[in-house]
Amino acid sequence: MTSATATTTTVVEVDNLSKHFGDVTALDRVSFSIAKDSITGLLGRNGAGKTTIMQLLTGQDFVTEGDVRVFGHRPAENAQVLRNISFIKESQRYPDDFRPKHVFASAPWFFENWDATFAERLVDDFQLPVNRAIKKLSRGQLSAVGVIVGLASRAPLTFFDEPYLGLDAVARQIFYDRLLSDYAEHPRTVVLSTHLIDEVSNILEHVVVIDKGRIIMDAASEDVRGSATTVVGMRAAVDEFVAGREILHRDGIGGLVSVTVGRLDADDRRAAAAAGLELAPVSLQQLIVRKTTATLGEDGGDR
Amino acid sequence: MIEEGKPIFMQIAEQIENDIIERRLPEEAQVPSTNEFAAFHRINPATAGKGVNLLVDDGILYKKRGIGMFVAAGARDRLIARRHEGFRDEYLRPLLAEAAKLGIDAATLTDMITIETSEGVIP
Repeated sequence: MTSATATTTTVVEVDNLSKHFGDVTALDRVSFSIAKDSITGLLGRNGAGKTTIMQLLTGQDFVTEGDVRVFGHRPAENAQVLRNISFIKESQRYPDDFRPKHVFASAPWFFENWDATFAERLVDDFQLPVNRAIKKLSRGQLSAVGVIVGLASRAPLTFFDEPYLGLDAVARQIFYDRLLSDYAEHPRTVVLSTHLIDEVSNILEHVVVIDKGRIIMDAASEDVRGSATTVVGMRAAVDEFVAGREILHRDGIGGLVSVTVGRLDADDRRAAAAAGLELAPVSLQQLIVRKTTATLGEDGGDR
Repeated sequence: MIEEGKPIFMQIAEQIENDIIERRLPEEAQVPSTNEFAAFHRINPATAGKGVNLLVDDGILYKKRGIGMFVAAGARDRLIARRHEGFRDEYLRPLLAEAAKLGIDAATLTDMITIETSEGVIP
């Protein structure tokens, strides 16, 4: 990295980016930025465009329209930019005769910050058989190889694209814990794309949610927390309380309804309690489900 | 430990406040680092830092450059005074609302409180 890029506070800058595959629009005028030394969640449904964004940011494909800047430069065919990036993806291929030890032995050629000691510790953590042929590894062990490379490379910009297919809950927790502690000691920019939103929501500083090729949320995760609340109670009381508010979701059974609305302040909460209504927080995962399932109609059985 | 629906940095600040009020963190004691909080609660270090800084801005904690974060003198009394103000809204009113729902009248409630306190729940 040159001294000029080292001092910028924005590592990724995406401006009005579109990507077409034939007549399919994978990304539709997408704009967002990613701050230096942060952990950002790139979230969305399958096929929403997450991987396409990461491929464009890592120079593995060319933009159709708009602009992409990484460390201030266009990443495509830019070795200077690409050597600062570690991209861990689900579908990573390795040479046929490779064993995990070969992957880790060759990693320092690509990543100047590679920490072999850290990699060894991670191998122990994940109980990875380093001498077994890659093609003989289980799905989870293969994912562990990628996770280890992503963590131990300590690249200034690291992408994890659904890195843990086949990893069990214990192994995923190890991944989150090691990511957090190593990130605290060696701050860098991490982009995490995942479906397991509830598992990672506490470690994300920022969330970018993409749906059908468009950004539908781009916010600090602390601002998203509490930005929606579910109000539960008798229909008449709930209807009175939610009148005039933005309704994200509505469910009902018999006389009981459950309505998800936007942020409530302390007065709203007191009023709800006084009206005998129950308030339940909405997790980031639930909120994204609400926002990416387009229908807002009453889909409970109360009509 | 970390609950939904409430900013994490506020929860971190509240937990440190509780530690100070319950004397687990005495005045002038050193507070764990931001990274220690982050690792323990499995949260983003920036978020943990925001919670700690909230208390620094309030004068509950203070920074010693290059050493760390410490509990300020008088922090406990100030926190207790502040919590007193919220006690009625946060604890008493919900208690009374639930009692009313269950048909527990004021006299019965008073008796219940007397019995609980005599059993040593409240010293």
